Amino acid sequence: MELHFDQELAQLKERLLLMSSLTEQSVAQALKALVQRDAALAKKVDADDDALDRLQVEIDERCIRLLALRQPLARDLRLITMAMKISTDLERIGDQASGIARRASELSAEPELKPLVDIPRMGEICQRMIRDVLDAFVYAKPELARQVIQRDEDVDQLNKQLQRELTSFMIEDPGTITRALLLMRIARNLERIGDHATNIAEEVVYLYEARDIRHQHADRP
Amino acid sequence: MDKPNIQPVLQIRRLNFWYGAKQALFDVNLDIAANCTTALIGPSGCGKSTLLRCLNRMNDLNDAQRIEGTITMHGMDIRAPEVDVIELRKRVGMVFQKSNPFPKSIFENVAYGLRIQGAKKNHLEEKVEASLRRAALWEEVKDRLHDSALALSGGQQQRLCIARTIAVEPDVVLMDEPCSALDPTATAKIEELIQDLKRYYTIIIVTHNMQQATRCSDFTAFFYLGRLVEFDTTDNIFTNPANKQTEDYITGRFG
Repeated sequence: MELHFDQELAQLKERLLLMSSLTEQSVAQALKALVQRDAALAKKVDADDDALDRLQVEIDERCIRLLALRQPLARDLRLITMAMKISTDLERIGDQASGIARRASELSAEPELKPLVDIPRMGEICQRMIRDVLDAFVYAKPELARQVIQRDEDVDQLNKQLQRELTSFMIEDPGTITRALLLMRIARNLERIGDHATNIAEEVVYLYEARDIRHQHADRP
Repeated sequence: MDKPNIQPVLQIRRLNFWYGAKQALFDVNLDIAANCTTALIGPSGCGKSTLLRCLNRMNDLNDAQRIEGTITMHGMDIRAPEVDVIELRKRVGMVFQKSNPFPKSIFENVAYGLRIQGAKKNHLEEKVEASLRRAALWEEVKDRLHDSALALSGGQQQRLCIARTIAVEPDVVLMDEPCSALDPTATAKIEELIQDLKRYYTIIIVTHNMQQATRCSDFTAFFYLGRLVEFDTTDNIFTNPANKQTEDYITGRFG
């Protein structure tokens, strides 16, 4: 027997899935706009952020309604409260993607500083993190979520490496400062995306294992 | 809160119970912590009321019953032949699903048990007032103590029954779905009362209302088909139950 409540929970999951696929798409397009120096595409990413903002509000409203009307317990309670947190993290990822897009747009008006290698690599890792964490959410695979958390370290490493490399560019040639700073901030945007994907991964582990694993990376530097 | 490491008032060990040929409880082991509220939950016919009625030997009234196992209260076997059942029921009071005041005045309802105990008149009035105050009913009835209890509203009658139960200073108060016949306001008052009363008494409540169990209990025991399936802090049972049957039941997906 399927309960009406189960249908409402399924709808909630669907909305989150839609939001995450739009988020992932924004990140992908922002990076594409950067690599291909496509100012029009960058503008589109920035404009699409409104849709994510609206979805976040809608998902939160759904969750509050379900909390009030269904008084969920146990796994249902975890699903609904985590859905609210996941939507917040997705919305923030969307904001970071907009940031990347705006900087990509500025960079497209300037001559190329250097061929981009590490930033697209970071971007790929981040997109996979978002995709995997949502798979972990939908298919109830907390172990996959744990792998996502591991990968955040790669993103952090690449970010540090990029900051060093771009600093040396600026020291050697002050004419590169504007562009190098923009790229540094893009790397920083990606690093933040990795952090939000990690948050979602922790939320997914809590949802399925009822274990709070936040703030437990004692092994990290 | 951790599992009850608080001194248990009642210890139930390997309790089996039969109504004629039908076994209603299977090997139940449970400790009831002092000055806490323990909720017994589970679908109808799971044995929770049967267990409750074992605790003050209400089931003795049923000839076809058979019971095995031990129930100790502060270490004393409540089923020992030398136990005075009347005395036991004074120490383990009970509040029922439907309020059942005596067809007497409000005052007499509360004074009834005290009179049997031979309380003196001055003392009697004092105790009646104190009990009504503890049951959060005093302010509503102090000017009409000698009116019939049957004129009170359902919620007031139930609080009167609680006052009557606590007047004789029990250790344990058993409540069998005490709010099932009450509206939400009256229910909220009883639930508040339960939280106040556990300072003085140990409370065991049978409820079908999950939210009620979450709101007023410290520990929750889930029963199914006469077996204790899971027992833990209410916090754990309702956020992260260990057993799938428990989770299915509390989230309304049973069967």
